[in-house]
Amino acid sequence: MNIYVIMKRTFDTEEKIEINNGLIDEEGAEFIINPYDEYAIEEAIVLREEHGGEVTVLTVGDEDAEKELRTALAMGADQAVLLDIEDLDEEPDHYTVSEMLSAYLKDKEFDLILGGNVAVDDGAGQVGPRLAEKLGINQVTTITKIEINGEKAVIERDVEGDVETVEAQLPLLATAQQGLNEPRYPSLPGIMKAKKKPLETLDLDDLDLEEDDIEAKTKTLERFLPPEKGAGKVLSGETNDQVTELVDLLKNEAKVI
Amino acid sequence: MGKKVLALGEIRDGELRNVTFETIAAAKQVAGDGEVVGVLLGEDVSEFSNELLYYGADRVVKAEHYNLGNYVTDAFTQVFSQVVEAEEPEAIVMPHTSPGKDMAPRIAEKLKCGLISDVVDIEGSEEDATFTRPIYSGKAFEKKTVTAGTLFVTIRPNNIPALEKDEGHTGDVSSIEVEVNDLRTVIKEVVKKTSGTVDLAEAKVIIAGGRGVKSAEGFKPLEELADLLGAAVGASRGACDAEYCDYSLQIGQTGKVVTPDLYIAVGLSGAIQHLAGMSNSKVIVAINKDPEAPIFDVADYGIVGDLFDVVPALTEELKKVTAEA
Repeated sequence: MNIYVIMKRTFDTEEKIEINNGLIDEEGAEFIINPYDEYAIEEAIVLREEHGGEVTVLTVGDEDAEKELRTALAMGADQAVLLDIEDLDEEPDHYTVSEMLSAYLKDKEFDLILGGNVAVDDGAGQVGPRLAEKLGINQVTTITKIEINGEKAVIERDVEGDVETVEAQLPLLATAQQGLNEPRYPSLPGIMKAKKKPLETLDLDDLDLEEDDIEAKTKTLERFLPPEKGAGKVLSGETNDQVTELVDLLKNEAKVI
Repeated sequence: MGKKVLALGEIRDGELRNVTFETIAAAKQVAGDGEVVGVLLGEDVSEFSNELLYYGADRVVKAEHYNLGNYVTDAFTQVFSQVVEAEEPEAIVMPHTSPGKDMAPRIAEKLKCGLISDVVDIEGSEEDATFTRPIYSGKAFEKKTVTAGTLFVTIRPNNIPALEKDEGHTGDVSSIEVEVNDLRTVIKEVVKKTSGTVDLAEAKVIIAGGRGVKSAEGFKPLEELADLLGAAVGASRGACDAEYCDYSLQIGQTGKVVTPDLYIAVGLSGAIQHLAGMSNSKVIVAINKDPEAPIFDVADYGIVGDLFDVVPALTEELKKVTAEA
């Protein structure tokens, strides 16, 4: 099994968001592997343990992302590749990222590409299906279970709460949903070994791409925080009185029931 | 001028989902004084085409095929692409639901165009349209615009209001011959876990439980309240991790992001990851023993008390009020 995992470095979900000059303030923020991508990395390692082969983790970003790639190597991935977009003049979008990934993957041999179904920062979930289309391969999104059976994968996927069992032909791009597995923590020997594992950095030239070819098709005009909520009303009195007051407020003030 | 906009409807379990009408409303806004073409894909969709017209579509295109009974990526992507080829729209709007999330990026890649996903608000129309979408699961928002190619967006259910239904609104309904080739994925089985319950994404009211609910059994009073209000039941990560309920109910930065009219948080402290998934709900009620719980910071109304007293009392009070009405 040759498996590639596409992953993204994201803000820790514990972080509060602040905006400075229209950009998300990254000063002092903790970064992590996007939690959904972590499920993908774990699953790739489990599948390799069962079927043999190699796991390559792949990200688009700048050199800061090396830290998260090393974490994935410490979990057990065999090698890592950073597609460096530090030199891009314009802000990238999902189109840019998919073009970068497909430029790298188009002449590689693989059975499976895994990734998270969405990243917790941007939340669009576009890159997986875009990449599958660009590579002309099959896709199954929001998976919660996968078994490889020769040329096929038997998969359970989450469809807004329902469970759908599908049989999908390889090569396949599958995106992870919560519930797929419990990602392992890197062990100390894992962390030591990760330092010696190969981590390759490629830029646009290495991928034979021109900036014009991968220019974003969308543009962010503005970022803003939701309006601060005023303090709410905490009710008091006996339970029954509070409940009566609440129902009255919901009905007559908030008008939601 | 105006734009020609395709608006994709969605059929689930033999019913047209509400988000279809919201999609048409969004398409109308993008179109300016252009044309909105409602699109329906399915095995047999004739019974729904008029509904699309009543909610504002100028005409409807049906693509029917025996492989379109359930959503599968290859069949829907191929067929929708054929509709796009035939209609040559300048813009496309789809629901940001399970099928939309799966299919829209593939279609966008095929069309080599941008895609703005999970839109909750639209300002302006045609070239000047700007689209607001949540980032960091609603901890912040961004306004985006399309700079090149087809204008393509998916909209989050429950945010862009549908137009008033007008049964006098008519329009042309046509069929398009479509082909489906090589399905690389086959559905073997679907286990309905949500049948008979209200879908979290579309629910107007959500009752969510946290660790304070203490057990799977502890969700009972929440379910009774939900039944009475026609609400969906959700949960915090804590409650899911403790196996009080299924992960499909989880609301938060990992899990579902919801924006109902009324969110009742029960025995749920309000960790920042959970708040990200629900704090943009229109009205929030918190019921918690701990007056210091962060959930009270985002709540419009709070009751400090034992949920096992408060929730049944609330259900009884609501029964009285409904009986009076």
